[in-house]
Amino acid sequence: MEICVLVIISLLLRWSTSQGSYSGQGKPPMFGDYEAQRHWMEVTVNLPVKDWYRNTTENDLLYWGLDYPPLTAYHSQICGFIAQYVNPEWVRLNTSRGHESYQHKLFMRYSVFLADILVFLPACLLYYISQDEVEDKSMIYGLMCLLLYPGLILIDYGHFQYNGISLGLMIMAVASLGLKQQILGAIFFTLALNYKHMELYHALPFFMYLFGVNIHTNSMKGVFQIGKIGVAVILTFMLCWLPFLSDIDSFRNVLIRLFPFNRGLYEDKVANLWCSLSLVIKLKNIMSQQALVVLSFLSTLVGLVPSAFHLLYKPTLTNFKYSLVSCHVNSSLVFFLFSFQVHEKSILIPALSVCLLADKHPYIALWFLSISTFSMLPLLIKDGLLIQCCGLSVVFLILAYYSSQQQFSHYTSRLQNWMKFMFFSSIFGAVILTVCSEVVQPPPRLPDIFPVLISAYSCGHFLFFLFLFHYCQFFNNVPNYVEKHRKVSQHKKFSKEKKVK
Amino acid sequence: MAAFYVVAATISCFKLLFLPAYRSTDFEVHRNWLAITHSLPVNKWYTEATSEWTLDYPPFFAWFEYGLSQIAQYFDEEMLKVENLNYSSEATILFQRMSVIFTDFIFIYAVKNAILLIGNIGLLIVDHIHFQYNGFLMGIFLLSIVKMYENKYLQSALLFCVLLNLKHIYLYVSPVYFIYLLTSYCYNPGVISVFSLSFAPFIYMGQLSQVLSRLFPFKRGLCHAYWAPNFWALYNIADKALFIIGSKLKLLPPTLSDSGFMTGGLVQEFSHTVLPSIKPFYTVILTLIAMLPALFNLFLNRKKGSVGFVRCLILCAYASFLFGWHVHEKAILIIIIPMILLVFESKEDGRIYLILSTIGYYSLFPLLFTQFETPIKVLFLLLHCFYSFYTLSNIHKSSERLLPIVSWLESVYLLGIVPLEFYNSVIHSLLKLDEKFPFIPLLLTSIYCSLGVVYTWLRFYFSFLQSQSPKHKTS
Repeated sequence: MEICVLVIISLLLRWSTSQGSYSGQGKPPMFGDYEAQRHWMEVTVNLPVKDWYRNTTENDLLYWGLDYPPLTAYHSQICGFIAQYVNPEWVRLNTSRGHESYQHKLFMRYSVFLADILVFLPACLLYYISQDEVEDKSMIYGLMCLLLYPGLILIDYGHFQYNGISLGLMIMAVASLGLKQQILGAIFFTLALNYKHMELYHALPFFMYLFGVNIHTNSMKGVFQIGKIGVAVILTFMLCWLPFLSDIDSFRNVLIRLFPFNRGLYEDKVANLWCSLSLVIKLKNIMSQQALVVLSFLSTLVGLVPSAFHLLYKPTLTNFKYSLVSCHVNSSLVFFLFSFQVHEKSILIPALSVCLLADKHPYIALWFLSISTFSMLPLLIKDGLLIQCCGLSVVFLILAYYSSQQQFSHYTSRLQNWMKFMFFSSIFGAVILTVCSEVVQPPPRLPDIFPVLISAYSCGHFLFFLFLFHYCQFFNNVPNYVEKHRKVSQHKKFSKEKKVK
Repeated sequence: MAAFYVVAATISCFKLLFLPAYRSTDFEVHRNWLAITHSLPVNKWYTEATSEWTLDYPPFFAWFEYGLSQIAQYFDEEMLKVENLNYSSEATILFQRMSVIFTDFIFIYAVKNAILLIGNIGLLIVDHIHFQYNGFLMGIFLLSIVKMYENKYLQSALLFCVLLNLKHIYLYVSPVYFIYLLTSYCYNPGVISVFSLSFAPFIYMGQLSQVLSRLFPFKRGLCHAYWAPNFWALYNIADKALFIIGSKLKLLPPTLSDSGFMTGGLVQEFSHTVLPSIKPFYTVILTLIAMLPALFNLFLNRKKGSVGFVRCLILCAYASFLFGWHVHEKAILIIIIPMILLVFESKEDGRIYLILSTIGYYSLFPLLFTQFETPIKVLFLLLHCFYSFYTLSNIHKSSERLLPIVSWLESVYLLGIVPLEFYNSVIHSLLKLDEKFPFIPLLLTSIYCSLGVVYTWLRFYFSFLQSQSPKHKTS
């Protein structure tokens, strides 16, 4: 029952947000991500597969060329065919550029909505089912974080992207590992990777986990299992890339499009280390492009090592989810903070992993999720989504905080109180920065002062979280929230309240 | 209690998301009123007619708009000019939407502790998407009822008078107040002063008849463009059916011709072909006849207490809704919302509420006809059904049939909404009928819903007349 209401509310929030504006609405000549997605439909419907990632006379890669892996392209093609059926004008080659209309917006929004209903929602529910403690109430809190997380809703339904699909597939992979279906999990993750290569952030933990678990079984069976998983992954990859495998050239074209090392160290104002460092030293001016790539690569690698090897050596089956997911959080956060060419939207990837941990660390998760939404504020303001952002964030904060109070109220220690204080003051800081960036006119010498401040503020938080989650992973510091008698008393309180109503 | 504040805060923030949503002409109506009250002297308020949306609410509402306009000038001066027809800058939208959200706090204050009331999807649809100020009016209405529960009759009567002078649609239920307070308070100086405060300036300026003609536009048709699901919807369709059967069987004189409403649209002036045409006077009589047994019963059994009062209130609202002249579909909220106060009284009340609220909210669907709003209204209705069926089935134990609490046949009727809505929004346009018969979906909706409304009315009336003994339950 509660799940039904939760699902309906999450759908309502999603669709209500989608009435707002999208990125690049009415901003020629380049528009925004909405136009990019529409353009991909146009390209995939009209051109042969070989030319999708290639610069030709018909396909100008400088105008929103495809730079996502093949599954995205196929998805665009399916959507494109539907669009062509409904109204050919929407995807006509070249002449449809910058097409905007009420009907088209409706179509695009529906496509996201449908994708979420088909992939993201089932994934969340599957994850919910895959847990051992299904009857446990704390799980509903985790589900709530997944379904109501404002960042994802704002990017998918406001800004316009299809993150729900790749993240949904990732969640499905975690869920299937929880159901002891390793091969299925590997396949799901490969699909996620082939939908959006940003999922590479998560690749290492999956690999380390699967490898570690099977190594530790201490028999030929484990090795055999690794072989089976490897074959499954390779086959899935082959299947996804089939049209591009016929000649080396087209394969290479895709790869070049996917990993654009010729772009900058970071894009716009991102809450990662490099952008925040630029407040102090302008690395861009000191080092060459090549050196920057190497630097970011090395620092990412170094950042990854501790959590990855910890997982390799201790892939505990009993608490499988915890070790896997916390490693997920760590590795994706490391990627976000240190790697090359990061978008502010990429914070969604660690954020979703944090959602999976929400039932273990309710307050930290809530905190992280709020700050991660806040870190995208400059982008959202640019898209005209400030009101949606505030509305969704407050709804999420209130509901999640209230239900965490309901479910974890018995767990109060000095540490917890201290955390709470930190949480509220940090949220307060975020609110003040939000108000300032809307009300205060920035000084003419520093027009970007607020976006930079917001990035630095969030980056500080993320570094702190990185440390915190590493600590949690290594010392497996899961407070034992779940106590039977507590639950019973909670139940009584609940039913009493209902009677009072 | 904490849960209530959580829900209240959540819903208030949720309303923010509807800022860019579809707005009906009522948005322009209220903007125009802001402009009229802001820029014209009082004696021009009810004569001004630059826009077709003239001021047709009672004086207090005009003053309310005047108060709002004082704040509005800080948002955008342009919206306060009468000539700026259909003006809707971003600041205007923000201000108007926010004004609804903020005045809703009166409603939240009035309904404290009742989550069923605060998450009322009918008000969300009508106020925050369609655009009106029913929330705070309903809040005052509920406050007046609450005062009645607390036996503070004078306060209740005063609140109700204020309400009447804000929106005269609440005349629908005024006979109950009249009967219930007959002996003591009707000619109380307080009541009279409220009315004189409202109308005296206009009497002084000699504009009373002008104001009244704005308030009671009997020149409009029997039914609104979209037929409210009431008795007249059934009457109209019966007339049509008789005409078709009659002409098939050649029983009718050939001089009768089809008024052609199926193709030409539901014109406001609708003349019946077979059955006698209806004049405003008939509807008044019929409404009063429908109210009389309930009022008489309340008069005889004043011991029924405040619960009986609320029941009678609902019955009067029912009578006006079913038989009134030019009834709006939105008026069904005046029946549904007070009924929420009763749902915990007995299983029968809960049952009637479930049927009526589901069907009543569904009948609001045509208000939001734009495609972007379709998922929202469907999800709203689903949420409402899940929540209220679940809550009520927890309180009134019921053996599971198709749906909890309601009977088998009623369940089938309620579930019938699903194929109906599916036809209306999908199949009808797939069959390419929307150009030839654009009004069929509206017609079907209003007929289907009016059956349910009439059925619940009869049930509710029956249970009211049966319950002679007072029930001592307070909520």
